Amino acid sequence: MTSITKPKVQHPANLKNQIGRTRRDYEGSMSTLCAGCGHDSITAAFVDAFWQLDIQPHRVAKLSGIGCSSKTTAYFINESHGFNSVHGRMPAVATGANAANSGLYYVGVSGDGDSLSIGLGQMCHAIRRNVRMLYVLENNGVYGLTKGQFSASADVGSKSKKGEANIQSPIDPVLLALTLGATFVARSFSGDKAQLVPLLKAGLRHGGFALIDVISPCVTFNDHDSSTKSYLYTRQHYHEVASVDFVPLQREIRTDYAEGQRQPVMMHDGSMVHFRKLEANYDPTDRAAAIARVRSAQERGEVVTGLLYINESGMDMHAINNTVETPLVDLPYSTLCPGAAKLDALMEEYR
Amino acid sequence: MPGVNDFTLKIGTVNGTGSASANGLLMQAIFRMGIPVVGKNVFPSNIQGLPTWYEIRVNKDGYTARNAPFDLMVAMNTGTYKRDVAEIAKGGWLLYDSSWPLPKALHRDDITVLGVPLGEMCVETFGGDRERTLMKNIAYTGALVGLIDIDMDVVMGMLHEKFSKKKHLLDSNDKALRLGYDYVKKHFKCPLPIRLEKMDKTGDHILIDGNAAAALGCVYAGATVGAWYPITPATSLMENFNAYCQQFRVDKETKKKNFCIVQAEDELAAAGIVVGAGWMGARAFTPTAGPGISLMSEFVGLAYYAEVPAVFFDVQRTGPSTGMPTRTQQADILSIAHLSHGDTKHLMLFPANPEECFYLAADSFDIAERFQTPVFVLSDLDIGMNDWMCRRLKWDDARKPDRGKVLSAPDLEKIEKFYRYNATNGDGIAARTLPGVHPKGSYFTRGSGHNKLGGYTEDSDEYREVVDRIARKIDAAAESLPAPEIITHKGNTVGVITIGSARGAVMEALDRLRDDGLSLDYLRVRAFPFSKAVHDFVASHEKCIVIEMNRDAQLRSLLILETGVHGDRLESLLEYGGLPFGTGQIIAGIRGILEGVKA
Repeated sequence: MTSITKPKVQHPANLKNQIGRTRRDYEGSMSTLCAGCGHDSITAAFVDAFWQLDIQPHRVAKLSGIGCSSKTTAYFINESHGFNSVHGRMPAVATGANAANSGLYYVGVSGDGDSLSIGLGQMCHAIRRNVRMLYVLENNGVYGLTKGQFSASADVGSKSKKGEANIQSPIDPVLLALTLGATFVARSFSGDKAQLVPLLKAGLRHGGFALIDVISPCVTFNDHDSSTKSYLYTRQHYHEVASVDFVPLQREIRTDYAEGQRQPVMMHDGSMVHFRKLEANYDPTDRAAAIARVRSAQERGEVVTGLLYINESGMDMHAINNTVETPLVDLPYSTLCPGAAKLDALMEEYR
Repeated sequence: MPGVNDFTLKIGTVNGTGSASANGLLMQAIFRMGIPVVGKNVFPSNIQGLPTWYEIRVNKDGYTARNAPFDLMVAMNTGTYKRDVAEIAKGGWLLYDSSWPLPKALHRDDITVLGVPLGEMCVETFGGDRERTLMKNIAYTGALVGLIDIDMDVVMGMLHEKFSKKKHLLDSNDKALRLGYDYVKKHFKCPLPIRLEKMDKTGDHILIDGNAAAALGCVYAGATVGAWYPITPATSLMENFNAYCQQFRVDKETKKKNFCIVQAEDELAAAGIVVGAGWMGARAFTPTAGPGISLMSEFVGLAYYAEVPAVFFDVQRTGPSTGMPTRTQQADILSIAHLSHGDTKHLMLFPANPEECFYLAADSFDIAERFQTPVFVLSDLDIGMNDWMCRRLKWDDARKPDRGKVLSAPDLEKIEKFYRYNATNGDGIAARTLPGVHPKGSYFTRGSGHNKLGGYTEDSDEYREVVDRIARKIDAAAESLPAPEIITHKGNTVGVITIGSARGAVMEALDRLRDDGLSLDYLRVRAFPFSKAVHDFVASHEKCIVIEMNRDAQLRSLLILETGVHGDRLESLLEYGGLPFGTGQIIAGIRGILEGVKA
């Protein structure tokens, strides 16, 4: 615990969203992570994103696996449904939950150990199925709860707290997702809330699997001088290529970028994502270009961030399955059981 | 003695040559003649080229257990001649393809050899390798029609049904059938003494395999989410579920589906999908076999501790490890009873045949939701993949699903605050809510230590309070699970206890022993944890013989563990070679044990 439990009082002057809720309504239990942990900043960004989107708290399902990152589902939106499952298996639970009830907002919170080692296969297959969910990978390059082992995202040459250098090549979730056909791929930094909040909002409204890899420094085990996932290193090598302004369907707002720098993309529900192109020739709807840009940046030791790729025309799991619009959990039993007469008739086929 | 409507026959072929459909045709024809029949497929874990067999037992009294040796052997695979000939009963018959003469060394004086040049005839009649191979199967079927007096009209009727839209196939099948039939009629005295006569004993019955029946049970129970990873011998369960859903659960106009089947990347994910769907309130299931059960154990522990309903079908095959994937066994009992790390105990149901697969599948969802825990339905390859004769499946339209304690939005409106793991009455079951229904219903589900309020805990007392309640809940479930099947006779001191698909052979053996003056009591467990009736049966018999299909006497171990009975009072009769029990084997086994007991 890093601080005392916050009192539940609501200040009357707290700003309310369209459904009459304040930010406090989107907060969760007190974080038990280390003071200064990047994950807590991401949690704060979640609070803002859900609040700004006017989402009913109880219509949110938060899922996670095991690890520091996975603990954070308890730290936002108390009034939602959380599921802290088993290590690396959150994508399967989210897939089943979404299969059963397509009507909720799904957010998965995972880490680099959870997603890139023990759960690598699960993440890949959730991408393949295009399960409609926001999947946030809180990436710090290290195992925190077991005290400082390298994770699969640790860069070559990056040193552990004890001074040992990593020599195995890292798995980059962004490149992986891009090659797997993911329809929404972004990278951000826990220290850049201004960039992260719109990304989370766009991801929540995406019509399929939205991956956001968030560099989130581990202050205890991986924030030293020789780490490539430290606050300092990330700030120094941070390069935003295409940021977004998320514009919900009901609340069109004007953005103030010069023409030519803006690229609007319509989300499946009619909302708009406006790309703020920081590089004139970057096209976030071109998968091959996105892969090439990420690779070229890595060669220079840069961390490219922003919404790197989006495709709103992909079919999600239910579209592929051709499931009814009504969530399966809401179908009355009478529509599911064929009844005695049909069974009697069917028996003739087994004669 | 074998005779009219009472004999066994076995067909040895090469897999991938189309013999399965010919064999199915044969068995179905006998069934349609009103004669009780059962067929067992003994097949390799392979796609093409290895030996495969089909065993058919015809029995006018309705006994359906495996019964070796065989009265008639149809040996179509030169590679297995030796063992096929050796399995023929004294005085039996061998039908073989005389295009390749039987080696002299394989001749037996005590059998009658019937050579039919099936290969030659098919080469002359049909063109193309594939058609010649396929039609050879229909030609031996034709020979059997003549030899054992199968009703030709019935067979032709079935071919017409099957090929109503493929006239050219009907013609070649008809031609092939006549090849075999005409040849045996011309060259041998037909029919043989082992032959068929029409009866009226199958009118109320169907021929169905356990996986199809279980899938149908899932449809009728209202299951909407199915997750799976293909594995022998469970694959056809999900394939059947899909087929029935295509038939019954697709909107005629929009073509939209009232179900979602996810073919997962592995069994581990399949289990996770079921847990996720069960958490949301859908009735979800996954069919698998032993290797899948091993992978699922992590999620099973989570579902047990977080109290999420989930249904698992384990169509058991021969283990350990990959084992023999196309052979049967009942060897997952012990590992499932306490599957996953930590203290766990799971509800298990044990169907004995496809009919019970249907009813127990439907019940399993009620049980899982009522007790908010994983439920395992353990069939096996013999039940799951073979066609069994069983009574027509029935459904009561008045039946409604038992969703257990689920708080609705109006329920939640009325209460001050909801706590997930706070059981207020003695059954140990705490009410749950479904996500998205009502703001007051929100709670945090976790596999980590939690207290009765649903909060994270590392406090000993809080932890114990929850796990003790779960233990009480599981033990209390015993009396609500399907009751054991029990047959007792006054004065008997020895009982037989069995499980699952061993039922047929055990029942027949007990009938025959009783005819010979040896009466034994009988109990078949249908569920775990064991109910009081099982405890009482064990306690009230001086000796029980536990008959099961595994090496390590797993049911016996579980009985000792649960009832506390001294091991000396439970004898074991085991089969674990991968094939179902035969009746003769059980009779001999019981006699051997009882003689040993006397000595």
